[in-house]
Amino acid sequence: MSQTDVLAGLAEILEEVAGVDPADVTPEKTFIDDLDVDSLSMVEVVVAAEEKFGVKIPDDDVKTLKTVGDAVSYIQRAGVAA
Amino acid sequence: MIRTPRRVVVTGLGATTPLGGDVASTWEGLLAGRSGVRRLTEDWIETVPVHIAAPLAVEPPLGRVEARKLDRTQQMALVASREAWADAGTPDVDPLRLMVCVGSGIGGVLTLLSQHDVLREQGARKVTPHVVPMLMPNGPAATVGLEFGARGGVRAPVSACASGTEAIALAYELIKFGRADVIIAGGTEAAIAPLPIAGFAQMQALSKRQDDPTLASRPFDKARDGFVLGEGAGILVLEAEEYAKARGARILGYLAGAGISSDAYHVAAPEPNGAGAARAVQEALETGDLAPADVAHVNAHATSTPVGDLAESKALYLALGSAAGSAVVTATKSMTGHLLGAAGAVEAVATVLAMRERIVPATRNLDALDDEIELDVVRIDNRNIKSGAALSNSFGFGGHDVCLAFTPG
Repeated sequence: MSQTDVLAGLAEILEEVAGVDPADVTPEKTFIDDLDVDSLSMVEVVVAAEEKFGVKIPDDDVKTLKTVGDAVSYIQRAGVAA
Repeated sequence: MIRTPRRVVVTGLGATTPLGGDVASTWEGLLAGRSGVRRLTEDWIETVPVHIAAPLAVEPPLGRVEARKLDRTQQMALVASREAWADAGTPDVDPLRLMVCVGSGIGGVLTLLSQHDVLREQGARKVTPHVVPMLMPNGPAATVGLEFGARGGVRAPVSACASGTEAIALAYELIKFGRADVIIAGGTEAAIAPLPIAGFAQMQALSKRQDDPTLASRPFDKARDGFVLGEGAGILVLEAEEYAKARGARILGYLAGAGISSDAYHVAAPEPNGAGAARAVQEALETGDLAPADVAHVNAHATSTPVGDLAESKALYLALGSAAGSAVVTATKSMTGHLLGAAGAVEAVATVLAMRERIVPATRNLDALDDEIELDVVRIDNRNIKSGAALSNSFGFGGHDVCLAFTPG
């Protein structure tokens, strides 16, 4: 899946779960400080992303995903591995 | 820290009920004698023996993202609190002197049940991470505290159908003895779901009069046969008199006294002679420096159960003596149904308005007063009343008895 597709998919999830404007979802943005996604909503984002992209994102790995770009790269790599 | 006891005033009201989405529409519904009870159409309704209830008239007007993290009890508490806070003129209070006291009888039971279904059908990974803050019984109080930045303390009394009233009684004491200057106080409940309905039905507590839902809730009537489950929230903004006057607030009335007692008789049945409830009424009068003859109006707990309404009548005679017969009594639940932990808070709103406007809404469906109930219960036409104190009673499973005493000045 292309970077653009994953980014667009994440933007959809962030809008649904946390009301984030899709235009704000760019790779350099941090989930907590820039997009105001708290730790509980981040769990919802991860679960929705697992379903949407058919990947597994273990809880320990979630802690390493600080920015939207981190998440896009992780999902792309996990998707290839799967 | 010991201070001179302070007087407590009411400066804001908020509500969302089966009669309306705010205080004005609820009060208009009470004065018009409307019923909020209807036949339910949910797909689970045939799984339970009772098919009527009193749902909210207006769904909570919250944004999608805000609503998904909040149980219905929290949503309703938030709606009523925003109305009450605006009604009070959005006090610019020191956050350390602002508290919240909001109770719920059951807490987030709709979330508990629906997420249990998710767990069983879809697995643990699909359970929302918001489930614990949504189902905890202090959730509504916490939500309101976050909304208004209350840093003086957030409290959540739980005493079944007396919860909202106990929250107001607690707020009374906290302001009176100097712990806070402003408190957002009340109750909220959302429990219209198969398990609570089945449970109350098994207790034989619900009305079986299903053919005409609007006739089912009939407090004090000879033919009453149980309560009708409702949902909603009621909120009061309470302040220390000196604080409210200093900021030029409009004062709707005084919360002059409050009484809390317990039956220690049975976990669900009321004490038949009303002794425990009478002690709450007496304490409300004593703390308010009131005599029985000062009581112009009583908003009764009166849920429409055969034993409860009779015990309340006896309690009023025990507490007020012959003055019980001259107080003008009404039963709000004849129109709203029984809002459990929110009931007393919504009724406190109605009590303040009745006292302030000096008109008591007629009790709906009171065709023939029970021969054993010797109270002046308003029926058919609303009644104008003299200026005076107004009491609001609430009693809860567990033997909880709470009475609030409001005065005009």
